[in-house]
Amino acid sequence: MAEVLVLVDHVDGAVRKPTLELLTLARRIGDPVAVHLGAGADTAAPVLAEHGAVKVLAADAPEFADYLVVPKVDALKAAYDAVSPAAVLVASSAEGKEIAARLALRIGSGIITDAVDLEAGDNGPVATQSVFAAAFTTKSRVSQGTPVITVKPNSAPVESAPAAGTVEQLTVSFGGTATGTKVVSRTPRESTGRPDLTEAAIVVSGGRGVNGADNFHVIEALADSLGAAVGASRAAVDAGWYPHSNQVGQTGKQVSPQLYIANGISGAIQHRAGMQTSKTIVAVNKDAEAPIFDLVDYGVVGDLFQVVPQLTEEVTARKG
Amino acid sequence: MSLRIVVCVKYVPDATGDRHFAEDLTTDRDAVDGLLSELDEYAVEQALQISEASDDAEITVVTVGPEEANKDGLRKALSMGADKGVHVVDDALHGSDVMGTSLVLAKAVEHVGYDLVVCGMASTDGTMGVLPALLAERLGVPQVTLLSEVAVADGQVTGRRDGDTATERLAASLPAVVSVTDQSGEARYPSFKGIMAAKKKPVEELQLSDLGIEADLVGLGGAWTAVDSADARPARTAGTIVKDEGEGGKQLAAFLAERKFI
Repeated sequence: MAEVLVLVDHVDGAVRKPTLELLTLARRIGDPVAVHLGAGADTAAPVLAEHGAVKVLAADAPEFADYLVVPKVDALKAAYDAVSPAAVLVASSAEGKEIAARLALRIGSGIITDAVDLEAGDNGPVATQSVFAAAFTTKSRVSQGTPVITVKPNSAPVESAPAAGTVEQLTVSFGGTATGTKVVSRTPRESTGRPDLTEAAIVVSGGRGVNGADNFHVIEALADSLGAAVGASRAAVDAGWYPHSNQVGQTGKQVSPQLYIANGISGAIQHRAGMQTSKTIVAVNKDAEAPIFDLVDYGVVGDLFQVVPQLTEEVTARKG
Repeated sequence: MSLRIVVCVKYVPDATGDRHFAEDLTTDRDAVDGLLSELDEYAVEQALQISEASDDAEITVVTVGPEEANKDGLRKALSMGADKGVHVVDDALHGSDVMGTSLVLAKAVEHVGYDLVVCGMASTDGTMGVLPALLAERLGVPQVTLLSEVAVADGQVTGRRDGDTATERLAASLPAVVSVTDQSGEARYPSFKGIMAAKKKPVEELQLSDLGIEADLVGLGGAWTAVDSADARPARTAGTIVKDEGEGGKQLAAFLAERKFI
């Protein structure tokens, strides 16, 4: 069976969930071969094996952390040359997309980004994408070279599919452009203890209606009662009420959780582009005419400062 | 020596309009009015600020797109303050994917001559966000992308990149390709004086042959990807909407329980 390269997204060997989803998709096309760059391959390997990796190609070098993007492109190209895969899958993070694009150009292949599903097809893998702010669903293929496809988080289930996961060292020689952009310093984002926004099963968001940074605790309390991530609309972020890293929308994160709860968010196109593919959508807004209500499975027209705390209390009571 | 800044911009269908696909499954550019991609305004803004902080700089705005991309796209950037424009326009470009577009832009940027290329973070239609990385790969220069802050001094570009898990400070020598996010600073509105001045600024029109690019490398036929189908997302079935009469939170909880979320 043909092999499919999966670039592992991890923090010091802790494999991030989107990579496990990629392994599920890779198994639809062939045998997944994971590519682990940086420290922690020994920690990651058993997890990757458990989810279907037949092999783990590992390389560690200071360049991966000290320089932007290109060293990882060099390494993925080395893995590509070693394996001659049927496809290359990468998680749709900002860095993942950049790595994938540069690899695709180098190997003379087309690239599809932000797939939300992937199936085997007669002419190679068929990627489903959600485009024009999720107004359309397209099916696309790479028509030249080896398909390079980036996939959004939450696009496939995480499945147990034990395989060998044998670790093999990957030899990488860095090209002249690898050290072009120096990472002078790196400050890890402070953990909030909440799930990652793009990976969370439930997202609770606040918008203009939250009316101030001091009021966001109402949104956070609901999120915590549900074990959810916290999101914010562009209006709330631009007003300085919540960090940009939590922005849901076209220029922020695109999320696709099982449940999305929009509070005090009108539902402008900028926001819809980031959450319209959520499975179940719920909104609380005092304006009955707000466009967000066109999307909802359940909506409450009312004051979020009344409705949301009552909901939080009810959730906590039912869970207790 | 003068700092040569090239800003790459895209003419896109207005994202607030009702965007569609044409019969050949390319973006329908007739159904909705086009404009300068909002995210590229941030690139123009940062180029202007870098130019203002330097002794001597010249900003050229480059676009690849249909006829209207000049009047409704490039001119906006020129009215904000860029010095001149380059418009690559050629019927053979219709349907190009990101590989074709990046090839043409790379050749156009080389044609202009550059020390710094500035791009937006993504287009508002294709939204891939990989073009700046592809340009850097094609030009063989450093990629310094997705910056929320950017500065140029002493032949170096530095900036701040807010990643998923960390914030990074980056540095690279010129020439380089940068992209800036919508967090880099509000773009200025063109002044009346700027709009009047833009009408007189030079825009060079180029065809593929002027850049030495074979037509079969671009366009729908030269694309390395193929769209097989595009279907309008079915409208979501109308949900239940209730007015809060004091029990709204409880009603919502009952719905979430029914759907097994709690």
